[in-house]
Amino acid sequence: MTLAPETTDLKVQLLLDGTGDWFTVCDLARLTPGRGVAALLPDGRQAAIFLDRSGRLYAIDNRDPFTGAAVLSRGLLGSAQGRPFVASPLLKQRFDLESGKCLDDEEVAVTAYEVRSAGVAA
Amino acid sequence: MSTTAPVGTGPRPTIVLVGHGMVGQRFLEALAERGLTATHRVVVLCEEPRPAYDRVALTSYFSGKTPEDLSMTDMAFIEKEGIELYIGDPAETVDREARRVTAKSGQVFEYDILVLATGSYPFVPPVPNKDAEGCFVYRTIEDLLAIEEYAKTKATTGAVVGGGLLGLEAAGALKGLGLNAHIVEFAPRLMPVQVDDGGGAALLRTIENMGLTVHTGVGTQEIVTDESGAVTGMKLSDGSELATDMVVFSAGVRPRDQLARDCGLTVGERGGITVDEQCRTVNDPHVFAIGECALAADGRVYGLVAPGYEQAETAAATIAADEAAFTGADLSTKLKLLGVDVASFGDAHGATEDCLDVVYSDSRAGLYKKLVIGRDGTLLGGILVGDAEAYGTLKAFTGSVPPVSPESLVLPAGAGESVQLGPTALPDDAIICSCNNVRKGTIRSAVTDHQCTTVPEVKKCTKAGTTCGSCVKVLGQLVNAELEASGVEVDKGLCGCFGQTRQELYEIVLALRITSYQDLLDRYGREGARGGDGCEICKPAVGSIIASLAPTLGVSGYVLEGEQASLQDTNDHFLANLQKNGSYSIVPRIPGGEITPEKLIVIGEVARDFGLYTKITGGQRIDLFGARVEQLPMIWARLVDAGFESGHAYGKALRTVKSCVGQTWCRYGVQDSVRMAIDLELRYRGLRSPHKLKSAVSGCQRECAEAQSKDFGVIATANGWNLYVGGNGGATPRHADLLAQDLSDAELIRLIDRFLMFYIRTADRLERTSTWLERIEGGLDHVRDVVVHDSLGICDELEKLMADHVANYRDEWAETINDPEKLARFVSFVNAPDTPDPLVSFVPERDQIKPDLPLLTIGTRPLEGTATR
Ligand code: SRM
Ligand SMILES: Cc1cc2nc3c(=O)[nH]c(=O)nc-3n(C[C@H](O)[C@H](O)[C@H](O)COP(=O)(O)OP(=O)(O)OC[C@H]3O[C@@H](n4cnc5c(N)ncnc54)[C@H](O)[C@@H]3O)c2cc1C
Ligand code: SF4
Ligand code: FES
Repeated sequence: MTLAPETTDLKVQLLLDGTGDWFTVCDLARLTPGRGVAALLPDGRQAAIFLDRSGRLYAIDNRDPFTGAAVLSRGLLGSAQGRPFVASPLLKQRFDLESGKCLDDEEVAVTAYEVRSAGVAA
Repeated sequence: MSTTAPVGTGPRPTIVLVGHGMVGQRFLEALAERGLTATHRVVVLCEEPRPAYDRVALTSYFSGKTPEDLSMTDMAFIEKEGIELYIGDPAETVDREARRVTAKSGQVFEYDILVLATGSYPFVPPVPNKDAEGCFVYRTIEDLLAIEEYAKTKATTGAVVGGGLLGLEAAGALKGLGLNAHIVEFAPRLMPVQVDDGGGAALLRTIENMGLTVHTGVGTQEIVTDESGAVTGMKLSDGSELATDMVVFSAGVRPRDQLARDCGLTVGERGGITVDEQCRTVNDPHVFAIGECALAADGRVYGLVAPGYEQAETAAATIAADEAAFTGADLSTKLKLLGVDVASFGDAHGATEDCLDVVYSDSRAGLYKKLVIGRDGTLLGGILVGDAEAYGTLKAFTGSVPPVSPESLVLPAGAGESVQLGPTALPDDAIICSCNNVRKGTIRSAVTDHQCTTVPEVKKCTKAGTTCGSCVKVLGQLVNAELEASGVEVDKGLCGCFGQTRQELYEIVLALRITSYQDLLDRYGREGARGGDGCEICKPAVGSIIASLAPTLGVSGYVLEGEQASLQDTNDHFLANLQKNGSYSIVPRIPGGEITPEKLIVIGEVARDFGLYTKITGGQRIDLFGARVEQLPMIWARLVDAGFESGHAYGKALRTVKSCVGQTWCRYGVQDSVRMAIDLELRYRGLRSPHKLKSAVSGCQRECAEAQSKDFGVIATANGWNLYVGGNGGATPRHADLLAQDLSDAELIRLIDRFLMFYIRTADRLERTSTWLERIEGGLDHVRDVVVHDSLGICDELEKLMADHVANYRDEWAETINDPEKLARFVSFVNAPDTPDPLVSFVPERDQIKPDLPLLTIGTRPLEGTATR
């Protein structure tokens, strides 16, 4: 995907739960479509942020609940029935990117965050 | 370990289970299914130092299963159901009057219901010195660990007393441990209970061909020891003496009924706690006995797991006040003993009056098949040795008149009128999985009513196939047949996104010169998948196809370039192997295993400076573990500077070409195997393929480099090189096949070029050359026709593809460290590039580091292994 010139200044922002504040993570241009990056949140938690091929952003907790390792941002993104998911790079369980629910074990879920791209004054 | 029952629910009746073996565990599951764990306090006394495990699969430990793999107990289940499980704490006494059990630890439990599931103990014949050092039994994981330890340190020869089912397994295990294995059987044939003389003879030949020595018709009279009391041999009943360093007794089992005897319960004449059809002891309505310790109402003690499971279900149902009865069970078994299929079912010995036999026997091939047929054509039972393919179908037809003639069922394929009776011909009430008593109808309805579309789903839904696994093949056929019948076309597509196989996609990409995954998905993906984001299966597979064809397609073969970067599994994306705590390992290429002292020093210095764990791998090189993602570029800058390049340990690509020292140094060597290994490794490095590729070159027929276990292996001859293909180690080892002999250097390389490119073109995703060679129509002969005799006229093209690869190879790591944009990805956090991931932490072990795993478990569920590829 090529980003239009006017979008290159856009920043990725995440809604921190509880506070209602939008937390600025990085330039949108740092994200590769189909892949994720990890972000360190102010409270020490980690979020995995993904960009799909149509330019939509998703964010879930970075910690893989099956192994405890903070690696979900390094999984491959995919879609099934129109819903995006990430497959954990360790043991391959898939997580719905909109809800954080694990698609292979209904008892497991990770936090999903609201995320947006926005122009931010430098 | 224990979990306490929820408090405040008032006094609940207590069920105490003594024995946490296979049947005990099934009983707990049955209690939970019937909701009894909610209404009862459940206490389990487990004697062994670990919770229930798969005893049936014990021997698979020697083929690489760990004790953890064998576990049958999900601790989350125990916890969720509030079961109190006391490990390593056997029951010592039962006071039936007071309804009280005392455990070894001194704990006392009052029960409303007591269930004995104490299993069996191995019978050891009372011969002199039977307890000497070096004498073992074969029943528990602890037995097996002790046998392994002794075999590795103190023995070169081992003898097994008993040629039955377990004896053969034990002998196979000894052989697998590298011992000269002997089997001593009192009866005139092996497996006297299951097979007849003909079957025993076929089995004997096959087993002797494997290098085991069998002594039938002789008993063991005495174990001979040296002054220190360790075994040195055994005296046999024919007067001879057999020299051996260890003895494993496997002469049958006896019910463990001592606890029951001590508290006055009735036991059978030959042991076993006497129970009625509900599995209740005949003396005490509060006490049940199930599994191998029970003498069932039909007067038998069952030594197999399936009847035990049925008893567990029966006892649980009775406790829940449901109607259930155990009236007897089928003794059919199918086993793979030492790689030989042996099966017997129904009336295998022809005990029914007026029955007739149909026998097919081929001693050369080690085949023996017998069917027992009733007067009216009913199939009553049978024995299969050497080929038990038809077992599932035949067993299911037992008791009915099969729709085709019995001869045709035992003749080998290709011999006259052999018929493959598909499982579709079976009646709905035919039992498909005897371990779990699942009928064909249940499996069909799993597909039709419960929407299961794959074997794993059906297994989960019906429990079929989850125990010994012998029915899984028939299960797969049934599921496919059922899907096809209901109009679902059985899908051979790569994944949910593509209806084509990997091979078909390769042809499309090559023919149409497609260079983008998205383009391929949008044009050739399944209807609903077009325009979507693909999935974790097809992305790396298509990425690999495009990478192996890159020069031909005219694109960069660099896997981090453009769209390629988004297709790679995490390992390829960071050009390193992801470890369980999120750190990475690094494997520099060491072609042929040859390395200079200077380079060794650099590896040592880099490892020391970055605090990495170092280990010599099984592939003749060095793995450096424990690098954080942000350290990878710095580490590689040092390595590249010293002349190292990527070893592709992370890629589905060439791994290593192992070598032996060969002609240069070795007194036996006939060619320079090290030079050839280096040449081959440098030629094929970086080649992306359907699965990893491994190779080795040995300097002579002694084969120190293990070339015959490799995808392509080379062994030197006086005249040149022999090329072997399709070898594999791993979970399903396979010896490679000889493809061509006495080749010159140039001939050898040309043939490997063609072979590899033909494999890359036609193999499925994650299909090693070994499975590919077995699957591909025509097998080795066909591959030889194509790559040696050019029967398809494609050899020029194959050679050209490889020449392109060789000419365009570049080191991925050198390319990456020179590209700032790519390097920016090597951070733990996009918004804090200098901050390391706090969860990647290490603790010391044996003077090096290891991952701090307890740190990872804080606040997460217990680890569950699933697919690791
Ligand atoms: C490091 C090493 C073990 C060691 O400490 O010695 C190793 C480690 C792994 N092996 Fe291996 N194998 C290693 C030699 C072997 C060998 C021995 C050999 O190559 O001579 C074999 C048997 C030979 C063979 O492959 O036929 C071997 C058969 C496997 C298999 C089973 C393959 C199969 O066809 O059944 C897997 C699983 C797979 O690939 O699906 C596997 C997978 C793995 C993975 C990649 C598992 C994973 O996904 O995390 C391990 C990761 C390595 C890492 O993180 O760095 N490894 N593995 C060895 C690296 C050799 C090297 O220098 O590249
Ligand atoms: C190598 C091997 C291969 C086999 N292969 C097959 C096969 O292919 N097919 C097949 O059907 N069967 C096979 N079997 C038999 C199968 O394993 C048994 O039928 C099955 O394990 C019986 O289950 P169980 O629960 O009755 O007994 P077990 O699994 O033996 O469990 C009984 C448990 O009770 C414990 N216990 C005993 N006394 C006490 C006490 N006082 N307090 C607390 N705990 C106590 C024991 O330590 C043991 O852990 C095989 C067995 C072996 C050893
Ligand atoms: S394979 Fe032959 S040449 Fe090579 S080290 Fe072994 S004995 Fe020597
Ligand atoms: S027959 Fe053993 S698992 Fe099905």
